[in-house]
Amino acid sequence: MGKLNMVKALNFALLQEMERDADVLVMGEDVGIDGGVFRVTEDLHRRFGARRVIDCPLAEASIVGTAVGMALYGLKPVCEIQFSGFAFQGFHQIENHAARYRRRSQGRFHCQMVVRMPFGGGVRALEHHSESEEQFYAQIPGLKMVIPSGPRNARALLVSAIRDPDPVIFFEHKALYHAHREDVPDDVETLPLGRAQVAREGHDLTLVAYGAMVRVALEAAEVLRAEDGVETEVIDLLTIAPLDRETLVQSVGKTGRAVIVHEAPRSFGPGAEIAATIMGGAFLSLEAPIRRVTAYDVPFVGFAREKVNVPDVGRVVAAARETLAF
Amino acid sequence: MPRKPLEPPFTIEYLSILDSDGNLDTALEPEIAPADLKRMYRAMLLGRRLDERMVRLQRQGRIGTFAPIKGQEASQIGSVFALRPEDWMVPSFRETAAMIWRGWPIERILAFFAGRLEGGQPDPDQHDLPITIPVATQLPHAVGLAYAARYRGADAVVMVYFGDGATSEGDFHEAMNFAGVWHVPVVFVCQNNQWAISIPLKKQTHSRTIAQKALAYGLPGIQVDGNDVLAVCAASREAVVRAQAGDGPTLIECVTYRLGVHTTADDPTRYRSEEEVRAWERKDPLTRFVAYLEKKNLLEPGLEEAVDAEIARAVAAFEAMAPPDPLAMFDQAYAELTPALQAQRAEVAERLKRPEPEKPGAEPPPSPPMRGQRKTSRWAS
Repeated sequence: MGKLNMVKALNFALLQEMERDADVLVMGEDVGIDGGVFRVTEDLHRRFGARRVIDCPLAEASIVGTAVGMALYGLKPVCEIQFSGFAFQGFHQIENHAARYRRRSQGRFHCQMVVRMPFGGGVRALEHHSESEEQFYAQIPGLKMVIPSGPRNARALLVSAIRDPDPVIFFEHKALYHAHREDVPDDVETLPLGRAQVAREGHDLTLVAYGAMVRVALEAAEVLRAEDGVETEVIDLLTIAPLDRETLVQSVGKTGRAVIVHEAPRSFGPGAEIAATIMGGAFLSLEAPIRRVTAYDVPFVGFAREKVNVPDVGRVVAAARETLAF
Repeated sequence: MPRKPLEPPFTIEYLSILDSDGNLDTALEPEIAPADLKRMYRAMLLGRRLDERMVRLQRQGRIGTFAPIKGQEASQIGSVFALRPEDWMVPSFRETAAMIWRGWPIERILAFFAGRLEGGQPDPDQHDLPITIPVATQLPHAVGLAYAARYRGADAVVMVYFGDGATSEGDFHEAMNFAGVWHVPVVFVCQNNQWAISIPLKKQTHSRTIAQKALAYGLPGIQVDGNDVLAVCAASREAVVRAQAGDGPTLIECVTYRLGVHTTADDPTRYRSEEEVRAWERKDPLTRFVAYLEKKNLLEPGLEEAVDAEIARAVAAFEAMAPPDPLAMFDQAYAELTPALQAQRAEVAERLKRPEPEKPGAEPPPSPPMRGQRKTSRWAS
């Protein structure tokens, strides 16, 4: 396919999976003729028709709820929630049902379905269009929670999510949609859910990030090398839940220092679970307290003040230096 | 620029065929084979007798909280009778009689109310969803099932149950709206039993009927005497035929009454009068159906004893179930155990190997010394 941005890469994944498997459906608000407000479902309506690319009434609970019903029948719906900030109107269908049906029915039913939603800040958007809410989903037993960081892994992870027999919440960072292009191979590529990747190798410090924060972490690593002579390892989680504990522990076992970066508010965020995991597995290797660079514990601040709230390279570098100097 | 009523006018019908005094409207009487009439009565009686038995089992601590159906047997059996096995039945949490009709073993229903996961598992070929507790949230599932059935080319109909309280939930309105827009084969069966715990219907909705809510979503709605099994059956058949023919969903409001408690944790004397309950007892769905069957000479002698014996066998089978395996709580969380769950499962398995403490309050064993404790002055500062 050549070089694709994340929107095109996700669209390519949907296209190929729909061609491969007639049970895969796409549903949501404006996903049909409009191709989705971010164009992730562009042209699918023309190719597959209105029965497989369903323009739904404007109701998140029933977009998810009817998808649960379809999945119980054996279809594999891929829902689009227009913005993650609106998913709470369908949250009960995710938590009460999608996540629990395998358990409730003792395996007689399960929900092979994906709920995609754009999340994250940095795009000068209004309230409910800029938040990061991955912590709510990562905490729910029965769900998987995936956040890609670039076009190629977004495509591979979406294919894996569609094929995964468990319900997957798939967060797409809006700031990454058009941020850069990558080579995306024609042949279908998958990535295992629950596995992190080492985005950059190093031995002095581990930065743990996901989504748009991976690029921030990689840039911070460049600064640390150039200005401090420090070799930073950057871990791209890719899957938030189930967390790849092995990769985290292995990395910090080597570096002895860790800084976690995420856009979600700090308290009770993914960073807390990541830090506890590192403490549990690499305690004896730790040379300094684990630090978290995150959004602050405040409600939406408005994009005029967003830069202060969302982690940036400067904050990550500062936290890394404090950790290194401890 | 006229201002005038829309044509055709919106209308809501009320259907009653066999009233509480045993009067029968023979013009409306549905054709039901004698054997089926007998089966229906048996199922209603079984529902009633099991209900009474389950309340006692709960009082004895042999099952947990349970939502009785007493008074609603006609609403359940009259509607579920219209389904074929290949159709789908989506219950809420007060459909014991309908679930047994659909083939759920009584002991499995008992297991559900005894807090056992096994109680939620339908048979592999059974087209039934398990009990759903959050009010109205099962309605979108029914719509999705119906969409999927039609997508796959099956002619299955989906019947979904809920109460009057559910019609205040957003999921009810969303599901009706989706069903209307998608024109899918769903039969919405509202058992309007007048009370949502302590909230009477007049505090639940300002509408004259629940059935009329269908009109807002472009589907037909009908109000039936929910204690008249013939009326419920006639309305349900009509709705199922409509759905099978591709003519879309229907809302049926069964006007009935919860003669018992909301659940075994409820005390209805706090919110409703004895007179009200007695008035509804005179409209008992079983009484009038018995009179109807008597006239047709279809009452089977010894039925009550046979039903009680069936219940006793089920209770015995339920109590003979092997004790729950604690480790099974890790199964079915995901298709495969995640690494974290593997570790947690191993932790529990290890814990279960150790003997229980002698008695509660016994001295716990001393903690093992901390391994790998590292002294570092930096941590102290």
